[in-house]
Amino acid sequence: MTKARIELRHGAGGRAMRALIERVFVDGAADEARDGRLGLAAMDDGAAIPLGDRWLVLTTDSHVVQPVVFPGGDIGRLAIAGTVNDLAMMGAPDVLALTCAVVVEEGFPLADLERIQASMRATCIEAGATVVAGDTKVMGRGELDGIVLNTSGVAITDRVIPDSGLHAGDVLIVTGTVGDHGLAIMAARHGLALEGALRSDVAPLNDLVRHALAAADGTVVAMKDPTRGGLASALHEMAAKSAVGIVLDETEVPLTAEVRAAGELLGIDPLHVANEGKAVLGVRREAAADVLAALRAHPLGRRAAIIGRAVAERRGSVVVDTGFGRRLLVEPDGEPMPRIC
Amino acid sequence: MCLGVPGRVVEVDGFLAVVDFWGVRKEIRLDVVDAPVAAGDYVLNHVGFAIRRIPAEDVAETLALYETLLAELDAGDPMAADVRGELGAAGAARRG
Amino acid sequence: MGSAVRALEFRDPARGRALARTLARLTQEIGRNPVSVMHVCGSHEQAIARFGLRASFPHALEVIMGPGCPVCVTDLPEVDEAVALALQGVRVATYGDIVRVRGTARSLADAQAEGGRIDVVYSVTQAIELARRSDEEVVFFATGFETTAVATAAALLDDPPPNLSILSAHKFIPPVMEIVAEMPATRVEGFLAAGHAATITGSAIFEAFVAQHGIPVVIAGFEPLDILAGLARLLELIRDGMPRVANMYPRCVTDAGNRVAQERLWRVFRAVGGCWRGIAHVPNGNLRLRDEWAARDARRRFRIDLGRAVDGTPHTLAPQCICGDIMAGIASPDRCPLFGTRCTPQSPVGACMVSSEGTCRIWHEYGGHPDLGATA
Repeated sequence: MTKARIELRHGAGGRAMRALIERVFVDGAADEARDGRLGLAAMDDGAAIPLGDRWLVLTTDSHVVQPVVFPGGDIGRLAIAGTVNDLAMMGAPDVLALTCAVVVEEGFPLADLERIQASMRATCIEAGATVVAGDTKVMGRGELDGIVLNTSGVAITDRVIPDSGLHAGDVLIVTGTVGDHGLAIMAARHGLALEGALRSDVAPLNDLVRHALAAADGTVVAMKDPTRGGLASALHEMAAKSAVGIVLDETEVPLTAEVRAAGELLGIDPLHVANEGKAVLGVRREAAADVLAALRAHPLGRRAAIIGRAVAERRGSVVVDTGFGRRLLVEPDGEPMPRIC
Repeated sequence: MCLGVPGRVVEVDGFLAVVDFWGVRKEIRLDVVDAPVAAGDYVLNHVGFAIRRIPAEDVAETLALYETLLAELDAGDPMAADVRGELGAAGAARRG
Repeated sequence: MGSAVRALEFRDPARGRALARTLARLTQEIGRNPVSVMHVCGSHEQAIARFGLRASFPHALEVIMGPGCPVCVTDLPEVDEAVALALQGVRVATYGDIVRVRGTARSLADAQAEGGRIDVVYSVTQAIELARRSDEEVVFFATGFETTAVATAAALLDDPPPNLSILSAHKFIPPVMEIVAEMPATRVEGFLAAGHAATITGSAIFEAFVAQHGIPVVIAGFEPLDILAGLARLLELIRDGMPRVANMYPRCVTDAGNRVAQERLWRVFRAVGGCWRGIAHVPNGNLRLRDEWAARDARRRFRIDLGRAVDGTPHTLAPQCICGDIMAGIASPDRCPLFGTRCTPQSPVGACMVSSEGTCRIWHEYGGHPDLGATA
């Protein structure tokens, strides 16, 4: 049954979005074989183009978050961190340059735009990156919801780390607590006031990744940041692309007390919501302890934890070990809807 | 319907109570609760009505389950790591 | 042996493993394959699926979900009544899950698309707020079992605004257990009863059932250890041939239950026979407003014109839907030809897929229950 129109769930990062991209954008893009590049068909965090014995990594992202300012950050920080992180997830933590295009709605407050720009600049400094080119457009009142930011980034690396490098026996490490960004946004939208405050984790991860790769020397074999669709989507993609099964140890997934409470009260699983300052690493088992130590030594990786492993059974599926039993982790189709008790 | 998380009564005004669920405060009605309720009591909530005042002797037990759970997941807390170790050891002892 | 049920720390995995081993041992001692037990609560199924408990159950233990999803058992004519009111211009407030469930031809969501005003609320008190805001008629379409009916009763007893009335689709669980116990196809040897409903009704309400049918009933809470311990106790009673009522949720359930809540409930409602969707007639299974409350009863306050509500093409896939069998516990979602393919949460065919407590929806959300038995 084909639907003729785009629906909101097509943008939510889950199964529906991947199907849309495959059908509309990738179908017919037979560029993967040419000169060994990792292109659109791979649907990785970015593209990698061989440049002699190194790789040029390229990525682009558009940002449409509402609300534009949220606890822990704003769309500006999100735009910069998101692109820096996509490059880092490909194994390219040293950002060469960023671009930023802004489309803003008529009537958008100038003070907000300046605040967003200040955020972007601060995040760039944190990441050691610079916006070298940009564009600005204004659309009429009502033609756009506030503001849309698009950022592109380019970097060079000796080694590309794809989503698809897992083998049975590899260990999965998450760099910190899960569900922070998605639940902070959800709570902000639904006016849930929480003591101790839910805060987005939005942050550039390239320095953290640099440290992990330095400790790992070739044993980090897969990396992905669990943005839209959450950890569930990221693990599904890694399992599918690597043709392995994944067993997720739910009791090991780090959660803040606030995220756990908000998740229970809203009826939303923290595994299904976006993270903007976390990464999942697939690591050869023998190197896991070293990588974990390197992550935990870094301010952004204090809560890093081993959360699962790749297995040969049930390729493409993610099984959750809940501590009391097991279930299949189903890939979310669209945006999770809150079910407030 | 949610699993019925017990909440802590913060204040009572006639048949209305403000109840705290891990920092989220909601107004709950006391029309059908089975015992008089005061601030500090714990109640079981269903669709906005308290249906049970959980007795004091059960409160610690009920609270412990949630707090142990929350503490266990705080991996950076050395004390919580001890708790987890103890439970794991208890399990191992039972298996051995 | 009641020792399978010492003080519980409700999410301690070590105790969970110990209880799982107890279940395996008890099932083996019983010797039958399968040993089938039934629970009648959507929240139990949610907890079982969420924690993957079935992977820990011994293979010979079959834990079936019975008719415990209140939205799923709301019958076609009941939905039609709400749809009719909406199409007649009356504002209808209701719990979210029922909005997408189709009656004979339409759901409330369909009625909304045709101009009807539907408000999704999380509590009857929100419906009261709506009624307060203006003089317009507000009907609260009240779904849910006895625990939820208590809230509706309490709301009415508190003298809400005169423009609020109730369209009751409330149901009462103990009578449907009778139906299941009497089904010729039934293999159910024991019941797990819902802890929150029993908080209201008390555990003694099951004594007559147990005496008549010789089937044990154990009342359990909703934490994973509550459920494992409840099942262990149930298997003990089955093994020992002891048809008894056992309360494994003493922190919330007493013998007599919540007398205040019961008094309120029965002051406002009476139990009448009615149809449950997919189950057919359940004597005393429906809760309707007493005559004293006629003025608050939407069925008597309004002349409900079902004509428009039922006018339309029935859904083409409806004949293949086996929700009725699923709700009665005699089929599982993976037996349904539509499950996960043409019936999904985004485009549901049957009520079991619409409701957050529906078996199909729960299975879909948690990946069904493939054989994920824990490896050593």
